Amino acid sequence: MAKRKNILPGFNLSLGFTIFYLSLIVLIPLSAAFIKTTELSMPEFWEVITAPRVVASYKLTFGASFIAAIINAVFGLLTAWVLVRYPFPGKKFIDALVDLPFALPTAVAGIALTAVYSGNGWIGSWLEPLGIKVAFTPIGVIVALTFIGLPFVVRTVQPVLEDLEAETEEAAASLGANRWQTFTKIIFPAIWPALLTGFALAFARAIGEYGSVIFIAGNMPMVSEITPLIIITKLEQYDYAGATAVAVVMLVISFLLLFAINGLQWWSNRHSSAAR
Amino acid sequence: MSGITTSQYGSYHSKVARSRATSEPSWIRYGLTTIALSFLALFLFVPLAAIFTEALRKGFDTYITALIDPDALSAIKLTFIAAIIAVPLNLVFGVAAAWAIAKFEFKGKSILITLIDLPFAVSPVIAGLIYVLIFGLQGWFGSALVDHDIKVIFAIPGIVLATVFVTFPFVARELIPLMQAQGKDEEEAGLVLGASGWQILLRITLPNVKWGLLYGVILTNARAMGEFGAVSVVSGHIRGMTNTLPLHVEILYNEYNYAAAFAVASLLALLALVTLALKTFVEWKVAHNASHNEAA
Amino acid sequence: MKAPSKIKQLLVALALSTPLLTLAADITLLNVSYDPTRELYVEFNKAFANYWKAKTGDNVTIKQSHGGAGKQARAVIDGLPADVVTLALSYDIDEISAKAKLIPKDWQKRLAHNSSPYTSTIVLLVRKGNPKNIKDWNDLVKPGVSVITPNPKTSGGARWNYLAAYAYALKQNNNDDAKAREFVGKLFKNVPVLDSGARGSTTTFVERGIGDVFISWENEAFLAQKELGPDKFEIVIPSLSILAEPPVTIIDKTVDKRKTRAVAQAYLEYLYSEEGQEIAAKNYYRPTLASVAAKYEKQFPKVNLIKIDDVFGGWQKAQKTHFSDGGTFDQIYQK
Repeated sequence: MAKRKNILPGFNLSLGFTIFYLSLIVLIPLSAAFIKTTELSMPEFWEVITAPRVVASYKLTFGASFIAAIINAVFGLLTAWVLVRYPFPGKKFIDALVDLPFALPTAVAGIALTAVYSGNGWIGSWLEPLGIKVAFTPIGVIVALTFIGLPFVVRTVQPVLEDLEAETEEAAASLGANRWQTFTKIIFPAIWPALLTGFALAFARAIGEYGSVIFIAGNMPMVSEITPLIIITKLEQYDYAGATAVAVVMLVISFLLLFAINGLQWWSNRHSSAAR
Repeated sequence: MSGITTSQYGSYHSKVARSRATSEPSWIRYGLTTIALSFLALFLFVPLAAIFTEALRKGFDTYITALIDPDALSAIKLTFIAAIIAVPLNLVFGVAAAWAIAKFEFKGKSILITLIDLPFAVSPVIAGLIYVLIFGLQGWFGSALVDHDIKVIFAIPGIVLATVFVTFPFVARELIPLMQAQGKDEEEAGLVLGASGWQILLRITLPNVKWGLLYGVILTNARAMGEFGAVSVVSGHIRGMTNTLPLHVEILYNEYNYAAAFAVASLLALLALVTLALKTFVEWKVAHNASHNEAA
Repeated sequence: MKAPSKIKQLLVALALSTPLLTLAADITLLNVSYDPTRELYVEFNKAFANYWKAKTGDNVTIKQSHGGAGKQARAVIDGLPADVVTLALSYDIDEISAKAKLIPKDWQKRLAHNSSPYTSTIVLLVRKGNPKNIKDWNDLVKPGVSVITPNPKTSGGARWNYLAAYAYALKQNNNDDAKAREFVGKLFKNVPVLDSGARGSTTTFVERGIGDVFISWENEAFLAQKELGPDKFEIVIPSLSILAEPPVTIIDKTVDKRKTRAVAQAYLEYLYSEEGQEIAAKNYYRPTLASVAAKYEKQFPKVNLIKIDDVFGGWQKAQKTHFSDGGTFDQIYQK
């Protein structure tokens, strides 16, 4: 279908406008960060982005984002499954609430999570006697990042689960497969691309997160300091070039991650259309 | 192509009840439901409940007082201004981008899509910083703007720009897969019948994707009203002038005015809930339309 | 539900505030300040508006912006049109002069007392009954004592905290730098949370119940006691602390452009007046005017105060040695 000669109008106009607006709002402003970085020489740049505190912050940011994305992948899949397959009271309402972390301002989320998970909070006061400290530790960072990434896996997996044809499961069952086999051999392969996409989205979103994390993290250097906070810290010292250097590292990683996500989506689309 | 396309954040339709062969024993069903609900409780319900409890801790009177405070009202106004400008801009962009990407083949398409997505993954801190680097007094256009007395950052234009940046991808992201899936047969038919490009867009393409479009707008609006990090960098935090609702929450919180902070926060949570209710309605409509189409 | 009456109140207030026809000019000033001065300037701005109205007949409205001192100074450098800045330490205002050339280099000589109309110091806030028996700085490095302070990298107040502790250690160890560094290193090992600003730390200590002792601005400690529980906290005065001078200045480029120099200048000078000093004292800032200082003598305990210029050679040097990337503060965490 793509091979056919395209007769629709408006290609130049729409693509032109897209590129113009994209450049104006996103590309030119982002290039400002790259240009500011050139105030540093290459060795200086390298020194800034590999300083021990900065490296520790990458580890925390990427590590916590990864763990949060994994948690969201597991429980998001489970949540999507329950929402699609099982009836229970209040399901519609709960289904709608899943999107809340997306719409709630991150600072509000951070304050609320800190209030709930600190030693004297509703949940924290239960966990503290067990020796589990959440607020003001790296675990708190993971909690905040899990919160903000929560909708993504649910919302990518849910539609795929709904589109699964009952016939294939029935066929598997009639051929003697048990439920677990049906799940691992039939259902899981079908939702796997969507799950990956949701995971990657939650991961990408978590990496850049700032507002909710600073309230709950404790912000200890080398331990619970995230990379966006390093950027802020550098700005507080009027070190604009240093701040943009770290920002550029994050930008490049974000771009590569998104590129990979889009690859996954493309693959996932092909996969699901081939399955039909 | 009978199935409806499901958008990124999910649209769905109810399925027929499943036979025993394709369902689980009840103890597994209850077990899984319990685990899923516990997870949501820990990460979603309890924090949400905390916001409303704290907001009402000092009574309903204090709650209302916090919301009709002149600074709060001005923050509400500014938040709406930012959203009202950002949403249509990104809407027009989203339609144009989706038209180009979904209906045509060209080189560099996947890079273009990735670039459109980029604001989604960029840290809000960086999003604010880049505008300071350009429009700040020490930035590219800083002195020129001062000479002509034009304020961009630490004023409404800067706040709008930051909001546009963080909500950039949502409409486009919703529309691209939808329009791709719908193909271009209908549009081509319209063309053969002598319709102009604009007529095709307004009479054929947009009606076909209207619910996805609305969903994209809702997401954009929700994010625009809730943005904190990027706006914080370019706002200047002048009380009653350049504070948006999320920034106002932070200020109240920093003034030990916890009840008021959570009251304003609960307003944002309510806004989010209204948005979500709208979204549920949209999805219900989508499902409704889909079943109509299938029946036809 | 009293909501309707509240709304009625609001409407009445709106109706009454409709401007009467006068020939008086309406002036607005923007005061860019740091975090703990919110309550002070709410009160002071009202007093100044009345004073100015009586003196000139003009209506002056003062807009406030509060935040971490570094962030606020940066906003001014990047173009936030502040008529006056009232920040936590002179280093940040020096940067406004150096980076943006908005004010002359010798700005600090323009007003009395190093341009600091009020001063403050650093004290220790402990929980009621002082369960860990904290008397002085050396109690803060003991194992098992949990200390709350904001991050010196992002909070001006926290830099005063750090330097006060450092100065104490220098004095205890005959100015041995290495020993002083070891002391603050040990102290910061007892810090479980580093909030980015002073107000964040207060919340952590008071609302979250974390920490045994909170290193704080004196005025913040008094305020926290008053606002959040007079029966919950005690203030401990250490044997030695630092004289914190939060300076103020007009931003020349802005006031000349906006033609507000006269009123901005009067605004800052009014901080030094009897009424201004009185308001500062009521908000727990130490007044510099002798008469007001005498009146509030009982409120402010006598503290042995060192000056940053004497012990650390001024803010520029202190910033470079201790708080820049790779400075003594960073070294604490890099092992």
